[in-house]
Amino acid sequence: MQDLNLTIKENIRLTDKMWKMELCHPDLEVQKPGQFINLKIDGYFLRRPISVCDATNGEVTIIYAVVGKGTTALSEMTAGQKVQALCGLGNGYDTSLSGDKPLLLGGGAGVPPMYLLAKQLRSEGKPVAVILGFNTASEIFYDEEFYKLGCRVILATADGSLGAKGFVTDVMPEDYTYVYTCGPEPMLKAVYKKAETSGQFSFEERMGCGFGACMGCSCKTITGYKRICKDGPVLRKEEILWED
Amino acid sequence: MGRLSVDLCGIEIDNPVIPASGTFGFGYEFAEIYDINCLGTFSFKGTTKEPRFGNPTPRIAECASGMLNAVGLQNPGVEKVIAEELPKLKEVFHKPVMANISGFSVDDYVYTSEKLDKEEQVGWLEINISCPNVHGGGMSFGTDPEAAASVMKAVKEVTTKPVIAKLTPNVTDIVSMAKACVDAGADAISLINTMLGMRIDLKTRKPLLANTTGGLSGPAIFPVALRMVYQVAQAVDVPIIGMGGVSSAEDVLEMMMAGATAVQVGAANLVDPMACPKMIEALPEAMDRYGIETLKELQIKE
Repeated sequence: MQDLNLTIKENIRLTDKMWKMELCHPDLEVQKPGQFINLKIDGYFLRRPISVCDATNGEVTIIYAVVGKGTTALSEMTAGQKVQALCGLGNGYDTSLSGDKPLLLGGGAGVPPMYLLAKQLRSEGKPVAVILGFNTASEIFYDEEFYKLGCRVILATADGSLGAKGFVTDVMPEDYTYVYTCGPEPMLKAVYKKAETSGQFSFEERMGCGFGACMGCSCKTITGYKRICKDGPVLRKEEILWED
Repeated sequence: MGRLSVDLCGIEIDNPVIPASGTFGFGYEFAEIYDINCLGTFSFKGTTKEPRFGNPTPRIAECASGMLNAVGLQNPGVEKVIAEELPKLKEVFHKPVMANISGFSVDDYVYTSEKLDKEEQVGWLEINISCPNVHGGGMSFGTDPEAAASVMKAVKEVTTKPVIAKLTPNVTDIVSMAKACVDAGADAISLINTMLGMRIDLKTRKPLLANTTGGLSGPAIFPVALRMVYQVAQAVDVPIIGMGGVSSAEDVLEMMMAGATAVQVGAANLVDPMACPKMIEALPEAMDRYGIETLKELQIKE
């Protein structure tokens, strides 16, 4: 974990709800796919945990949904302003288990972490198929970026306005060795049910600290209690325990 | 001893800054970030007789100048705390530590206290009779002077270590609660635990917390905590550990001027993991500014 005062390089709107922010700091270590950073926004007591979309040494890109007052304030910040952030939080995805045909499934605000993951898997020389699910065509973002990485991209919209009509689970290819996924919980559940291989699933929970101290985001798993912020957000398929 | 040292029930601590239970785990998450031996001590995660998962999520909600939590005393139970957590704690922290103990009956408190009393590194037993987020225990002992006294009395019988009663602000008369604990043998009082609160999600029209209510902490409650520390300090002769929204060296001084011997820091640790070392570092300069030579001089009662 690093505690840094990041400088905003760019903060732009991608769709109605989604914004992309690039931040930099000379000491920032490269973030792992599936990790998140926890941003301090002036006037708000708790930090805002946002997943990492892309990262290099010294730079990190986040894509965040504007859902409340805190993220609205974040969207109003401009290049040159500073944001204090705890970086390198969470366990992240393990690419060593992917096999030679990993399948990535991202839904809505769960798409961004798939990008750095796809980038890393591609750099390991693996062919990557990625399914991006959205409610409707106007909510689609980053599909081009996945093409540019050389991924096979499958688009699905719930209303059929672009790509296949349906959910990410309706368009899963036959042949894959492993699944990586991030998205709303009903989607994660559907992927869990349909996937014929093992995989890694990234979960979301309201957090207090974001670094494992407060037990605010605990969940039950087959292998015991886990803190989504510290032992997660990525859980292995074998350890997930669904509670209804 | 230095300018910052204070005496807490016969144990000299290097400074009065103590991370509060439930915001600091068993220390090692923070030990990854800084050398936690700079702390006066810390109060470890509330421990019960049996293991507890706690409440369903969401357990956290934000408020103006603070937060609500309804964790519900998640902990692995006293046996595992002793077998697994304390050995790890010992590797990163080399001072006496404060054991925080919760229960659902007098027997629970006694059982857990008796076990933790035997742990060499445990310097104090902080008896939490004030958790607002569990049912049938916790706070119910802290809202009735007789029940509080019965817990203190029973715990005192099974330990030679200083016993600290951690009180809830969710009472009409904090002074009578403190007095009942001291009369029953408590060696110190820590206050305040969180204040019972609630938030509703406008979109779903349902409570933000799965537990419906939760405990409010953070700067929002500082003036309430300060007032209660002040009132209790007028009424009892034992040391008081003041807590509730402490976020700066100035807050530490203010709490001590109200009558606290030491302070605990809770919510501030969660938003800034460096909150405590920053406060400790800022204390000497803040003391200079207000003409305070040593912290001990703040404790001499007229």
